[in-house]
Amino acid sequence: MSDFSFWVILKNLIWATQWTIALSLIAFIGGGIVGLILLFLRTSQVKWLEVPTKLYIEFFQGTPLLMQLFLFFFGVALFGIEVSPWTAAGLALTLWTSAFLTEIWRGCVEAIPKGQWEASASVAMNYIEQMRYVILPQAMRIAIAPTVGFSVQVIKGTALASIIGFVELTKAGTMLNNATFRPFLVYALVALIYFCLCFPLSWFAKRLEGKLNVAR
Amino acid sequence: MSLVSIRDVRKSYGTVEVLKGVSLEVEKGDVVAIIGRSGSGKSTLLRCINGLETYQSGAILADGIEVGGLHANLRELRRHVGMVFQQFNLFPHLTAAENVMLAPTVVNKTPKKEARAIAAEVLAKVGLSEKMDAYPSQLSGGQQQRVAIARSLAMRPKVLLCDEITSALDPELVNEVLRVVEQLAKEGMTLILVTHEMRFARDVGTHLVFMHHGKVHESGKPKEVFAAPQTPELQQFVSGIG
Amino acid sequence: MTYHLEFSALLPYWQDLAWGLWFTIVLTAVSTVVGIAVGTLGASARSFGPPWLSGLVRVYVELIRNTPFIVQLFFIFFGLPALGLKLSETTAAFIAMVVNLGAYSTEIIRAGIDAIPKGHIEAGVSLAMTRLEVLRYIVLRQAFAKIYPALSSQIVIVMLGSAVVSQISAPDLTYAANFIQSRNFRAFEVYFVVALIYLMLSILLRYLLRLIGDRFVKVG
Ligand SMILES: Nc1ncnc2c1ncn2[C@@H]1O[C@H](COP(=O)(O)OP(=O)(O)OP(=O)(O)O)[C@@H](O)[C@H]1O
Ligand SMILES: [Mg+2]
Repeated sequence: MSDFSFWVILKNLIWATQWTIALSLIAFIGGGIVGLILLFLRTSQVKWLEVPTKLYIEFFQGTPLLMQLFLFFFGVALFGIEVSPWTAAGLALTLWTSAFLTEIWRGCVEAIPKGQWEASASVAMNYIEQMRYVILPQAMRIAIAPTVGFSVQVIKGTALASIIGFVELTKAGTMLNNATFRPFLVYALVALIYFCLCFPLSWFAKRLEGKLNVAR
Repeated sequence: MSLVSIRDVRKSYGTVEVLKGVSLEVEKGDVVAIIGRSGSGKSTLLRCINGLETYQSGAILADGIEVGGLHANLRELRRHVGMVFQQFNLFPHLTAAENVMLAPTVVNKTPKKEARAIAAEVLAKVGLSEKMDAYPSQLSGGQQQRVAIARSLAMRPKVLLCDEITSALDPELVNEVLRVVEQLAKEGMTLILVTHEMRFARDVGTHLVFMHHGKVHESGKPKEVFAAPQTPELQQFVSGIG
Repeated sequence: MTYHLEFSALLPYWQDLAWGLWFTIVLTAVSTVVGIAVGTLGASARSFGPPWLSGLVRVYVELIRNTPFIVQLFFIFFGLPALGLKLSETTAAFIAMVVNLGAYSTEIIRAGIDAIPKGHIEAGVSLAMTRLEVLRYIVLRQAFAKIYPALSSQIVIVMLGSAVVSQISAPDLTYAANFIQSRNFRAFEVYFVVALIYLMLSILLRYLLRLIGDRFVKVG
């Protein structure tokens, strides 16, 4: 009997993991796109663009992700729009991710020597062209390791979507615990699955970082 | 009208005035050598001409385009005014040929094939035909600087600004770069160069400008100026070089 | 569309907010101090301890860093009682926070130790210092100066992450927010204001950490 429920628990958890992965992908890809746009705004040297992007980043980095989820979940509903946990979680996690990626990438852009900006300016390239052809290709190399590293934070961040009722790995764990009353086993398995998702990425990020340091 | 016209330009960093009213006229085909002590404002002047620095008053016109001002058409300006830097500043992720082709294809929308032909031509001019597909990290300093010159030439500039382009090089690599510049001068390219190579300034330059404390302190024909410096500051500077 | 924001609906509950805020501050402060102590021990053990201990610390660090805080919290609060270890909400919250920050600071401090030139340690030993003295006066001092910024941002991250303890009913700021919105049905206003309070808190915390850094951690 107890053996039976172990396999049932594991099977259900693994099934729920697909939604953790899906939500992570949405947040990471969406956050990457928004983050890239913000990166352009943030590094453009255009003063009036700088303040709003700074505020945006400050808000999403300076408040709990859980609050952001609540705000999207309850806030949008105010306008009479029914928000599914999917929408709220997807949106909140995307914006949250974008704020962190922007800052990570800005650091990489700023690590590119000033001479590269000047040389590309001296051959008449404009800001977008400089970024596209000269700065980003170089910044990308150093950005890969911290970006992969941050993907681990995104996966862990999706666990909070369980709180607004999004059924992913953590929520499935809570539901299974309520059904089976085996919290130790359930949460140990949940943790193990997260570990299996995150550890390879962490390991990969560290390896990339090491490689880059040797290359320099 | 002069190709480059600098009129009473003043530039400050904060409260420190670095250019204190510089005026200079450069005609087509001129080779202007700017010399002077460290900190006298040579680089700053050059960078102002290319719009890399802004200035507070006066005017710079290059090829008829006003450099300063809020709505200066820097893009148009820089298509005609090239710049070579002391530290080469090649794009490390691109090969020599790609470094050269980038601006023509991106800025001038030159087709790839045509740009490749331009790259072949200008790299041949600087003697690096065999290095087209080498990355900057695979080139010596002298070769890198010659690629940088080629990169500027690919835009067919009307004037080329060179800021101490041999200062970062090992002594044995200086000449290969100077020879390229000399060849350009012979072909009639208008050049404004900041240099510490006095012999080069004398032999290749058509004009010599001695800058001191943010001003043009003395100027004239290089041979005459070197033979008989008028001001004590230049006398000291020239004798100090030895 | 016709919804009117009513921030005044929060006023009757300001005491709940204040108590929640206080709990969050104490939770953060205590877990910062204890967590960094754990991290210091962990990093020392990881760098200088015997292989079995170093390995054990490594497993601890990787397990914590690669699982969500909320799962750690649930495991401690719901899972451990199954082993006969019953914890109150508050105790569980404190333990989870310490365990979490302990792992991160172990990793951060270890990176600082790794960055110290071997020569410095040998110089200390050659001055007839004991291993512990070398660790205390040469290694950790320098390591802390190096990693202080990274440690500071981790502390802010952990403070923001503490919002999750509301989920086991530990009476923190988020718990207060949940409580208030269940009473006045003004979810958006409540969460908005509380988000701003967290924002203030993280700005203040960063400022405070900078002050402490300038005063006590010689960077350079
Ligand atoms: N970005 C800057 N901010 C503040 N001061 C600057 C800046 N760039 C240059 N200066 C100052 O302006 C003065 C002129 O600098 P500039 O680089 O033009 O001198 P230079 O004649 O090129 O000297 P060198 O021969 O050393 O290259 C110097 O006193 C320098 O310290
Ligand atoms: Mg200079």
